[in-house]
Amino acid sequence: MSKVEFNKETGPREVFCGLTSIVWLHRRMPDAFFLVVGSRTCAHLIQSAAGVMIFAEPRFGTAILEEKDLAGLADAHEELDRVVNDLIARRPEIKTLFLVGSCPSEVIKLDLATVAEKLNKRFLGQVRFVNYSGSGIETTFTQGEDGALKALIPLMESSNEEKLLLVGTLANNVEDRFKKIFRNLGISNIESFPPRQSTELPKIGKNTKVLLTQPYLSDTVRDLKHQGCEIISAPFPLGIEGSTKWFLAAAKAFKISELKVHEIISPLINRAKLALDSHKEILKGKRLFLLPESQLEISLARFLHNECEMDLIEVGTPYLNKDLMKEEINLLPDNTKIVEGQHVEKQLDRVRKSNPDLVVCGMGLANPLEAEGISTKWSIEMVFSPIHGIDQAADLAGLFSKPLKRNQILTSKTLVTH
Amino acid sequence: MELTLWTYEGPPHVGAMRIASSMKDIHYVLHAPQGDTYADLLFTMIERRGQRPPVTYTTFQARDLGGDTAELVKKNIKEAVERFKPKTLLVGESCTAELIQDQPGALAKGMGFDMPIVNLELPAYSKKENWGASETFYQLTRTLLKEKVSSSDKINPLRWRELGRRPKVNILGPSLLGFRCRDDVIEIQRILSEQGIDTNVVAPLGASPDDIERLTDAEINICLYQEIAEASCEWLKRNFGMEYTNTIPIGIKNTIEFINEVHKKLDLPLTNKEELENKSKLPWYSKSVDSNYLTGKRVFIFGDGTHAIAAAKIAKEELGFEVVGLGTYSREMARQVRATAKDLNVEALITNNYLEVEDAMKKAAPELVLGTQMERHSAKRLGIPCSVISTPMHVQDVPARYSPQMGWEGANVIFDDWVHPLMMGLEEHLIDMFKHDFEFVDGHQSHLGHTATNTNKNLNSDEKKEKNNKEGIIWTESGRAELTKVPFFVRGKVKTNTEKYAILRGIPEISDETLYDAKAYFN
Repeated sequence: MSKVEFNKETGPREVFCGLTSIVWLHRRMPDAFFLVVGSRTCAHLIQSAAGVMIFAEPRFGTAILEEKDLAGLADAHEELDRVVNDLIARRPEIKTLFLVGSCPSEVIKLDLATVAEKLNKRFLGQVRFVNYSGSGIETTFTQGEDGALKALIPLMESSNEEKLLLVGTLANNVEDRFKKIFRNLGISNIESFPPRQSTELPKIGKNTKVLLTQPYLSDTVRDLKHQGCEIISAPFPLGIEGSTKWFLAAAKAFKISELKVHEIISPLINRAKLALDSHKEILKGKRLFLLPESQLEISLARFLHNECEMDLIEVGTPYLNKDLMKEEINLLPDNTKIVEGQHVEKQLDRVRKSNPDLVVCGMGLANPLEAEGISTKWSIEMVFSPIHGIDQAADLAGLFSKPLKRNQILTSKTLVTH
Repeated sequence: MELTLWTYEGPPHVGAMRIASSMKDIHYVLHAPQGDTYADLLFTMIERRGQRPPVTYTTFQARDLGGDTAELVKKNIKEAVERFKPKTLLVGESCTAELIQDQPGALAKGMGFDMPIVNLELPAYSKKENWGASETFYQLTRTLLKEKVSSSDKINPLRWRELGRRPKVNILGPSLLGFRCRDDVIEIQRILSEQGIDTNVVAPLGASPDDIERLTDAEINICLYQEIAEASCEWLKRNFGMEYTNTIPIGIKNTIEFINEVHKKLDLPLTNKEELENKSKLPWYSKSVDSNYLTGKRVFIFGDGTHAIAAAKIAKEELGFEVVGLGTYSREMARQVRATAKDLNVEALITNNYLEVEDAMKKAAPELVLGTQMERHSAKRLGIPCSVISTPMHVQDVPARYSPQMGWEGANVIFDDWVHPLMMGLEEHLIDMFKHDFEFVDGHQSHLGHTATNTNKNLNSDEKKEKNNKEGIIWTESGRAELTKVPFFVRGKVKTNTEKYAILRGIPEISDETLYDAKAYFN
């Protein structure tokens, strides 16, 4: 492990809670509905984070707790029953209903597992009920996906068939590219988790080789391991380097030679390097500060330093699983400062003091920093854009070069007007 | 428990944030878990603010719950006060913290600070955003002015004469995330100033606690948005005898009425009454021949109480529209909206469920929708033009240009914003004239993009099949042929009306003659 500096910080935070991950999960599984059991705040949070994505009837909603629900718990169970009945009558096409716990439902100890169990019996053969918590007292942002996936594992049937299981939500086009490349490598049995249809859960067993596409799935990985799956240790497929090592690790697990991998992906790499060059020109030597939010920060820092030659000031992450991240941490330059957790005020003090060229942060902080003359990139864009894989390396770099390029355009005086 | 897919209003603590963020030298310590920090983006992204809201979130986690969350509250209060040095501190809790009952307000008061502390108790499980904003502004006003209550006499609204100066008023209610508040304030100040009236304080937008303390330097209060300021205005009236205005100056008639009301309350003679009629272009634009086609346009209105009521009045009295639906999500203003609806012979829709609003919109078959951003989406799906008149805020509702809703310029803005989505009169006339030319592509409505042709498409593509509706009524060949000749922008309405007529008369098959019978019947 390289000589990386680890720090922990606690205090007031500026991050999303796990409910936010519903925004991409419900798009991944169009036959599922996500019902948050929470407050008006939860409903307002999801619609605000989803921003412009207002559909006729979204496949997510909130059963808003009211004063009378808080008075007695038995009532709350009955009320939830009623809401679920209404919902299923209205949306008969729903195959899986996620009951999502929130801060208030956790605090009043609403037992969603028991509710789900009862509902499963009643709607047997029609709708499946799964529960997990996306509460902000337990989860940050992407950890919501970890909870949702973990909750699905008990529903996965077992099979000893040898397969490669890609775990973590990917953009559909990226997923298709990956599958094509793996097939070219000679791996034919490839499945994804979460699947595109909630009812098409992959079967798992001792010959399932799990390859993570996202770094925020600690609990899911642990449970898959308990189910006998083999976890392939690799960096994450962000950038050329990460993706190459990721393919190599998978190939090794399937006893495919390195030579074969290079043969298949070399043209991709050459192409990607060319595409990356123009962004590198802008990013090279620029100083980067990453605030914690998505848990993608360490992989992004590795890519932006190793392939785009940016200098790393500080790499924040809301949560650090050193075991899961060890391949990534090994690739970081010496003396990288990683900070787990947050004290947003102290961190912003450090941002201002270090005078960075670019700050990766949440939407609440971006414009205030811009107003102070500091260029920013919103971290939420990383979870909504197709950024994985060799073919997307330049697009990923583009997310960071664009604010700098824009700044350059707006501050330059190339046109002389009289 | 209430199933909510989308909500017009946030929780009450977001209302408190609106007040805190609107003001200067105030800090709000909010006992809340990390996810609640999402609310910052409402201000930094939607309002494009260059400052963070002055809010510290205590960020308690599950593991803190077994321990001492009260200590955590105190630590955050201490740090926030040291760092931000506010002149007044707001302390409150969000939905989750309300359940663990740490009473952060009481904790703060026990910490020995000498600044005023406002303890906000905003019940998250029964109240909503606008109520939270109103309550916060009220509690803040009360806290900062309560010492003055006993010592001061009632304020005589005529005292400006004795004091030998122009009359002074406060403008209360404008806040961040309020609809066009920034520009309404400028417009209203300009109007008052023209009438020889000075503005003492604008609050909460741009005010500091010091400004709140000098509210009583004014003679009367202008209650610009009842949702936010009425409770405070009422308290100021009760305790200081300060009168406040009831007329919301949106539209020409209401602006004139507002000016009258202010003059009456201040006993200031109104000398330029005739002039007022010509301050805005709306009356003439509405009277000009091109606006003839606006007559009787069916309009559906939904929004917050203040803007929905004002829109109904303008639509009916100033533009000559027919109001076919009126509603609000502001339960606090349900009574007033119901009264307005009654005058218009429609039933008021009071709901927080946007799907109910969409259903009502569909049934009313309007030609124009005036609503929130959500009604804009619904109207788009139904192929109906829409103009946005109310919060909840969207980044588009914070335009770069000066764009008030109130006063003279507000009336100009309203005329343009409501009428442009409709086709211009001449254009409509031409389309009607040329609709049988082969160049004329049915469904060509450039102003609606490609979303408006659903109803036409259905009709055209179904031409070979019999079109049976739920009641089992059949459109015959001749009936369908006649229907396609009806201009597309009223075709949906004609179809509904004809079917309604057929059901009424027990006619099983609709022919071209039925269509004309129905037309005559509904005329």
